Formats: sequence, structure tokens, C-alpha cells
Amino acid sequence: MMEEKSGSLGARQHISTRFAEELEAIKNSLLEMGGKTESQIRLATEALLSGAGDTAEEAVQMDRDINQMEVEIDDQCARIIARRQPAAFDLRLIISIAKVTTDLERIGDEASKVAQMALKSTVRLPVRVAENHTTALATHVSNMLRRALDAFARLSVDAAVRVMLANKDSMEDYDAGMQLLEAAIRDNPATLKSCMDQIWALRSLDRIGDHASNIAEQIVYLVTGSDVRHMDEATLLNLLDVSTDS
Amino acid sequence: MDHREALIAASSHRVRQGGYAPGIEVNGLSLTYPDEPNALVDINLSIPGGEVTAVIGPSGCGKSTLLRCFNRMNDMLEGCRYSGSIMLHDLNILDPATDVTALRRRVGMVFQRPNPFPMSIYDNVAYGPRIGGVRRRRDLDEIVENSLRLAALWDEVKDGLGRNAAILSLGQQQRLVIARAIAVRPEVLLMDEPASSLDPISTLRIEELIYELKQSYTIVIVTHNMQQAARVSDRTAFLNQGQVIEYDVTDKIFTNPSEPATEDYITGRYG
Repeated sequence: MMEEKSGSLGARQHISTRFAEELEAIKNSLLEMGGKTESQIRLATEALLSGAGDTAEEAVQMDRDINQMEVEIDDQCARIIARRQPAAFDLRLIISIAKVTTDLERIGDEASKVAQMALKSTVRLPVRVAENHTTALATHVSNMLRRALDAFARLSVDAAVRVMLANKDSMEDYDAGMQLLEAAIRDNPATLKSCMDQIWALRSLDRIGDHASNIAEQIVYLVTGSDVRHMDEATLLNLLDVSTDS
Repeated sequence: MDHREALIAASSHRVRQGGYAPGIEVNGLSLTYPDEPNALVDINLSIPGGEVTAVIGPSGCGKSTLLRCFNRMNDMLEGCRYSGSIMLHDLNILDPATDVTALRRRVGMVFQRPNPFPMSIYDNVAYGPRIGGVRRRRDLDEIVENSLRLAALWDEVKDGLGRNAAILSLGQQQRLVIARAIAVRPEVLLMDEPASSLDPISTLRIEELIYELKQSYTIVIVTHNMQQAARVSDRTAFLNQGQVIEYDVTDKIFTNPSEPATEDYITGRYG
């Protein structure tokens, strides 16, 4: 059983209530951006599987909102650094928010690509070769993102580590889907364009999982101060003193 | 080499660059005043030579008291009692047998407000060496120039060394005081809020000077300005209620301190 290891830092109030409000505001902005990104993935996947053009258009449109949110949050980060010179937890919070924002923006880009594949498939004979794996992968990476954002809101290192460990689970559906699509192209070259669209969609979904994992790494850094990027699983678990039992 | 020759040699930038800056070992230091029985409680610190160590903490935490232990300034306070040891190389600073005058030649101090003597710029810097036995004008000239150069003030005052020090700006006066302190060849420089009365540009000059001086001196600085501690120091000690709560390299203290009390203080959550 993995023991809950959540950050209690930052629980005490700042002497400067304005600074506390600014930090709260930027955290809320980030979670709002994350929520919007989750919705965008759901819409893009729905559109890919159903071929609904209006849903796909909506997902593409959302990417512009997400891009704008990235710019605004970056601006908030710059202002806090300039005016408050944050240190320790507050400094790590601002650094983490800036990096998580970048990952969320890139998730938005990938979701937008999935939606664009859906728009292409509406004008082409749909070939649903890897539908089950695509659905499973989309569900998996959406869950990863939701859990990563939840871990951020709760400052939970354990929840973040679970997200990082979950990233490798997405490989099964990704590989299986890819094999089906490659076989379909070999069997019937006329499906090439449609299958290639699905391959690009699978790759985008897989990348979303990677970005969710990156977000989880930032939460570990935020709470513990340890940089766990590019760390293998055994070293990570040893460093954080957690087990993989669930 | 006698003391006079040593002073001249030590004031040379070239010699000082290769100079020896000893560390300070504080072991079990406790200090009481009649109305403050726990002014300092069991302080243990290993302050490396040739580095800048910052002491931070809330008002009344004991940081200036700790600093004043390093040159026995607390001896002037009636009823002050201390125990433990402070080793400067092989000298126990707190040993009653320690020659306090000789100690203060080895451990110079710079205060919050610049305190130039009411005399010329030249005489301010030459004051210590003269007391130390340097008499020849040429030797004094050399010490004064070297010290003012080290304090990054030479270019601004070289054409008016005979002017009264009081005409200098506060920032220049503080650099003059630093030049005066280093003219007597100390090994350690204590700085008690050295830039708190200065404007931002003068503050940056002092910080730049601290960075230059640490190549030749062991520097201990007390500051209320945490950004200043973060900018200038290699190590930081956080004191609260007379105790060292945390002592570590400055990068660690300001990005990921180990103690929640340190975290609360440097992020402004301290009540």
C-alpha cells in the first residue's frame, strides 16, 4: 500500500494577504486551464470516433482559448516573480505553474490535432480499425490528466507518482492499435489516408499521456523540491520511499 | 616579517588574492543577559573560510548578538555571560585570556550606519595601520590606496583624499568604513546590516564589494533583507529565539529548506 504523502507546505497563511490572493488566483487559473484541456480531449476523441464535425470544430476552437490562458498565466507568473521575489515553496510553485502551463498548452495542441483528424475523416470513408484501442487510450490519458490536476490541487506526491507510473500502461493500447492500423494498410492500401489519420490521432493521444506525466513530475518537485525528470522508475520509487502496491 | 611589514603586504591586492581566510567553528555557544536568559542557546556552526555566511531571522532572534560574539563586542554589555567556544583557527575567541584588541585586528566589523571618523578620507583608512605601528608616509600611502581599491572607492576619492569623510555619500561612507576595516589586515569581516541605510544602487555596490572581498576574507553578514542574503551569501543560517533552526548552503535554504519554520520565515508566513 502506498502511503499518502501530501504536501502540507503552503497551508499557513502569508502575512501578505495580497500575495496569498495572487498565488491562489494563479493556482485557480491553472486548474481552470486544466479543466478546459480535459474537456477538449473528451470532445476531440468523441469527434474522432463519431465523425461529428461540429464537435471537432468545437475542440479546435477550444485550443485558441487554451493558448490565450497560457499567455495570461505566464504573465501572472512574471508579475509575481517581479513584485514578490518568491522563495522556497512559493518559488517552486511559480516555476511549476509555468511548466505545467506549457504542458497543458501542448496537450491542447495534441487534442486539437486529434480533432483535426476527425474533421478529415468526415469527408472520407470512415475506417474504424483501432476504435477500441483509441477509445481506451483516450480514456486512459484523460484519466491521467484528471488525476495529475487533482494531485496538483491536493499537493499529493503519491497521486502524482501514480500518474507517472500509469504512463507506461498506455503503451499497450498504443502498440496494439498501431499494429492493427499497419496491418490494415498492408491488407488494403486504399485505407491508407484514413489509417494514417488514426495513427496520427493515436500518437497525439500518447503524447498527451507524456505531458500528463510531465505535470505529475512537476508536482513532485513542487512538494518535495526533488527534480525527478528523466529518472528511472526504481530510482524514483527509492527516492520517494514509496512502493508500487496499490 | 614584522606587523608593520605584514600590514603593507597584506593590503596589496595581489598578496590578498592568495591570502588565507580561516573558518570559524562555533561549538555549544550559549549566551545570557540579565534580562534575557536564552539570548543564544547551544549554537553550533561551522563557518567556512573564504565564503560569505548570512545570518537571517526575525528581530530579536539573536543574530546580531551572535555576530558580536565573533569579536567579543558583547563584553561591553554588563551581565553578559557565555559558554561554549568559538575557534578562529587555533584561537578560542571566548577564552578570557584572549587579547581582545589583537582579536579585533583579526576580526573587523562594519555596522548598519556608516561611522567614518571626523577626519579626512586618508586619515580614516590610515587610522588603524598608524595604531599598528606604520609610520612611513610611503607605506601608509600604499595601504590607503590598496584598501580603497579593494573597497572599490579609490577611483571616486583619489583626487580628494584630504577632504573630510563627512562629505561623502552614505554609500561611499560605508565603502570607506569597509576600506578602514580591511586596512588593518583582518581575516574575518563581520557585517551587521551593512546596506540597510543605503539606496538600491549603493546597496548593489556593497553587495558587489562583498562578492569581491570573499576571495580574501571570511565574511559573516547579518541582514533583514532576505533577497540580499540570497544574492550575496554562500551559506545561510536561520536563527529564531536564540537557536539555529537551519544552516545550509544558500541555494538549498532559498529553494527547498528542510525545516518548516525556515520555509515559513522566508516565504513570509512567519507570524
